[in-house]
Amino acid sequence: MRTTIYAFFEAIGHFFTSRLDQLGLAARFTGSLLLVLWVAIRRTGLIIRELYFSGVRSLLIIAVSGLFVGMVLAVQGYEVLQRYGSAESLGVIVALSLVRELGPVVTALLFAGRASSAVTAEIGLMRATEQLAAMDMMAVDPLSRVIAPRFLAAVVSMPLLAAIFTTAGIFGAWIIGVQLIGIDDGAFWSQMQASVDVRVDVLGGLLKSVVFGTAVGLISVFEGYFAAPTAEGIASATTRTVVTSSLAVLLLDLVLTIMMFRGLS
Amino acid sequence: MIDVHGVRFSYADRPILNGIDLGVRKGEIVAVMGGSGGGKTTLLGLIAGRLKPDSGSVIVDGFEVPKLGKKELYRLRRRVGMLFQFGALFTDLTVFDNVAFPYREQTDLPEPMIRTLVLMKLEAVGLRGASDLMPAELSGGMARRVALARAVALDPAIMLYDEPFTGLDPISVGIIGRLIKRLNQALGMTSIIVTHDLNETLRLADRVIVLADGKVHRDMVPDHIRETDDAFIRQFADGLPDGPVPFHYSGKDYLTELLGP
Repeated sequence: MRTTIYAFFEAIGHFFTSRLDQLGLAARFTGSLLLVLWVAIRRTGLIIRELYFSGVRSLLIIAVSGLFVGMVLAVQGYEVLQRYGSAESLGVIVALSLVRELGPVVTALLFAGRASSAVTAEIGLMRATEQLAAMDMMAVDPLSRVIAPRFLAAVVSMPLLAAIFTTAGIFGAWIIGVQLIGIDDGAFWSQMQASVDVRVDVLGGLLKSVVFGTAVGLISVFEGYFAAPTAEGIASATTRTVVTSSLAVLLLDLVLTIMMFRGLS
Repeated sequence: MIDVHGVRFSYADRPILNGIDLGVRKGEIVAVMGGSGGGKTTLLGLIAGRLKPDSGSVIVDGFEVPKLGKKELYRLRRRVGMLFQFGALFTDLTVFDNVAFPYREQTDLPEPMIRTLVLMKLEAVGLRGASDLMPAELSGGMARRVALARAVALDPAIMLYDEPFTGLDPISVGIIGRLIKRLNQALGMTSIIVTHDLNETLRLADRVIVLADGKVHRDMVPDHIRETDDAFIRQFADGLPDGPVPFHYSGKDYLTELLGP
């Protein structure tokens, strides 16, 4: 009985100390990453290469997803709006939901699945095959040569991809709303133009994307860098990247939305 | 050139090295042998500054390695090459780019000169013709030779070899062995080889250090190894399954475990 109680408290203690350990590790990792960032930022060739792998290769899935999300939004939005006789506001509804929320959030979720998981697996495998150790032995810091460019690529490509997602979405809504349903073309665009604020909505959405890119990028390189050097270790690290990134994005979105849009209306 | 004194090291609570003393003079080839998990690779990690000892001192080329900061350590490592067990080639770069990597990262040499240097290094290991291949297209022996060319690219004063013969066919073992010897003579390198391959070691090394129980068990010239009647070395040399290094991993008593207490 007594040993069960001991074991119980031990388990609780272990749970929290290991979480704390992880947190400390992540903080130190982030710190040392920030320290090499200014060196890494000048290696534009390396960053462009990662931008290609993470950003450019994600274009198709982002654009197609955006198109479909916009189309669905248009169908659903029209169904509700026409009950109140304001179907012309479709453009506003679609644009605001895309620019403020769906663009940044869905892009970040797709990016986590498409690009970040690959980054984690790549770094994890480089570690397992001693490529990072070999680099370190050649007096080249893997943090600035391998980790930092991949992190920066996520930060840079996220807002660009979100912008493309949003644009594709608005285009999809236009196809459904204007071309198929027959809402007035002029009303669709002019109401959108009048109601979407550049500073609050567009820049706000962009800011969200940058924050998401930072979080997703950081999680993916962290999980890869500390992945156990086994097949199982890399598999679970990749899974953790997607799960943690997705949760982090949704949580950060809530926090940012409250901070940005609470005082409006 | 390399001086290890009273070094202790443990992973978590498991002691690996219990006070190691060894010295390597300039230009020497020293082989470090011992059972698996006996701390040979750990010793290389300590010399390279990848690990920090719990106590004791590691002096390489006049520098107290554990006390160096990152910058100084990197400066020292430009003069220290390391060949990893499976080569550790960068899988996303061609053979050429792998060997060019240290030049591109560490020097400001113009690209034509880098090309010449890389081709010279590849020629030395006999793989100039493979310069456009990717590492995945190489055999194990070829990959190890490319890794060797990359490791000596900047003409290090000290080379560390982590099991350079493991997993290779006898021909590749011979080739790598001869390359190590030649590099040592041509460039005056100091080399430490961690290995299980007794035959190749005896042919290659000036001195053999045998580790056991986290300590230097014997430090002798190759010829003495063949003749010694030291139980541990005989077990090692003759490949006996049981001896001072037990066949069984320590555990509960066999009968007790089978029949219950």
